[in-house]
Amino acid sequence: MSEILHLSNVSRHFSGLQALRDVTISVNKGEVLGLIGPNGAGKTTLVNTICGVTPASSGVVTFDGKDITRVKTYQAARLGLSRTFQIVQPFAEFTALDNVAAAALFSQPGESLKSAREEARAHLAFVGLAAQANQSAATLTLAMRKRLELAKALAMKPKLLFLDEVNAGLNSAEVERATKLIHQLAAGGITIVMIEHLMKVVLNVCTRIVVLHNGQLIADGQPRDVIKNPAVVDAYLGQQYAHRNAASG
Amino acid sequence: MTRVNLALLILIACVASLPLFGGAYALRIGTIACMYAIFALSWNVVGGFAGYPSFATAAFFGFGAYATGILLNKSVPLSVAVIGSLVMCFLLAAALGAVLLRLRGHYFAIASLSLVEVFRELVNNATDLTGGGMGLNIPLASGSGILADATFFFYAMWGLLLITAVVVIIVSASKLGFGLNCIRQNETASDMVGLNSTLYKSVAFGLSACFVGAAGGIYAAWVHYIDPSDVFDILYSVKPIVMALMGGLGSPLGVVCGAFVYLGLEEVVWRNYIQIHSGVLGVLIIMLLLFLPHGLISLRSGMFWRKAKHV
Repeated sequence: MSEILHLSNVSRHFSGLQALRDVTISVNKGEVLGLIGPNGAGKTTLVNTICGVTPASSGVVTFDGKDITRVKTYQAARLGLSRTFQIVQPFAEFTALDNVAAAALFSQPGESLKSAREEARAHLAFVGLAAQANQSAATLTLAMRKRLELAKALAMKPKLLFLDEVNAGLNSAEVERATKLIHQLAAGGITIVMIEHLMKVVLNVCTRIVVLHNGQLIADGQPRDVIKNPAVVDAYLGQQYAHRNAASG
Repeated sequence: MTRVNLALLILIACVASLPLFGGAYALRIGTIACMYAIFALSWNVVGGFAGYPSFATAAFFGFGAYATGILLNKSVPLSVAVIGSLVMCFLLAAALGAVLLRLRGHYFAIASLSLVEVFRELVNNATDLTGGGMGLNIPLASGSGILADATFFFYAMWGLLLITAVVVIIVSASKLGFGLNCIRQNETASDMVGLNSTLYKSVAFGLSACFVGAAGGIYAAWVHYIDPSDVFDILYSVKPIVMALMGGLGSPLGVVCGAFVYLGLEEVVWRNYIQIHSGVLGVLIIMLLLFLPHGLISLRSGMFWRKAKHV
């Protein structure tokens, strides 16, 4: 399996706060990697560091063979790194269609507004928002806005897609629908790194899991092994989860 | 071409017929109207499209006026001097914008305001080049009589307004305009979809400065004498914002209507309430903004029809 993203000894601090400490991870082409850990562990910071929002204080990030440690956010986006935000970030006054068109327009060189809108329609249909195409983004429900984020990310034709808590705040029917979409994306060959708190989804979708705690990597491996790892149980899952899991598994 | 933009071009075309109706006074008002409309349209690019409230209009107006004035004194032809000012203003503003536009909201507003002061002080101190506080005399361009001169400068300013309007309309329908719209709504998301927001904002700031600079150049040639406190007047920065808010933020037709209405109010109030004219104008502006928060452009002909039916 070939490697698409590699982080070696990546650290990031915000003055006194060490948010990431010597994180070394590699992501292989085509896998669905789960990134889990307690709140404040540095999961979103890790994604921000890779995408150039908060560049690494030290360490090296390589993507598709290129050093991207210091690239700007928009450059990372054009290289094929796209993400959805934990807190959705729509262009509120635009229609759903124009939201997605913006993503297609600015991430692909030489795209025109007209062709971007055409592409956008297909991506909206894929996430099930075809009927809402001409509705302004501000009027969509949270579940729809999360799917809009996903459509935007897909319009950028990503090689690597970060999903930052796409299921947070959704009800179980909506989660099921989102999970199905992720399965479809993975089947389509996009490499996915997902931050997720719902263990049911993580175990259902991910082919590998890495666990962050206090900015450090504490586990990396097959989902079934990682959730039994005592360090992970201590830091994140809790004894209760481990017992329940042992009883059911 | 949308209907609103077509309406804007028709409105500007109508203004061109002004010399048929009025004398020197009407031409003077017409020239200022065109100048104000250029200010408002220009401010709208950075303030309305990109959502960055710039107070730098006076800075580039003064810069353009002095650049043209100095070039004219070196016997450069007027057209070349004005085009030179336009290009210089664009490059200078784009370069400054790349730095200043890292600030957002109020911080950017204050930083852009300080540009006016910085430019004024630079001109004040570069006595050899600009004459400093003594001001700068500018040679007469044609000297072929008062009315001919007035007509010439009216059409010069009108032509510049037409160019500004066409450029702004093109920008609003282009990828650049779409990108600026994205930046105004959500800059974080804009970066994330691959938009080079620094570049877009710089170009927007450059566009918002270049036509103002060229207008400054025409103004300088028109009035024959400029001094720092005249052309770096902070009111040149504030007025376009008031016009844009009065007319309808973001809409090219709206801001041009706002500019004309503002000038109309200014003249009428000044004539009738000479002692308290600023006070009366202020009250009128506040009333307009209170009762028409989305500007004149939010008025629809339908509103008048409905009222007419009740009468």
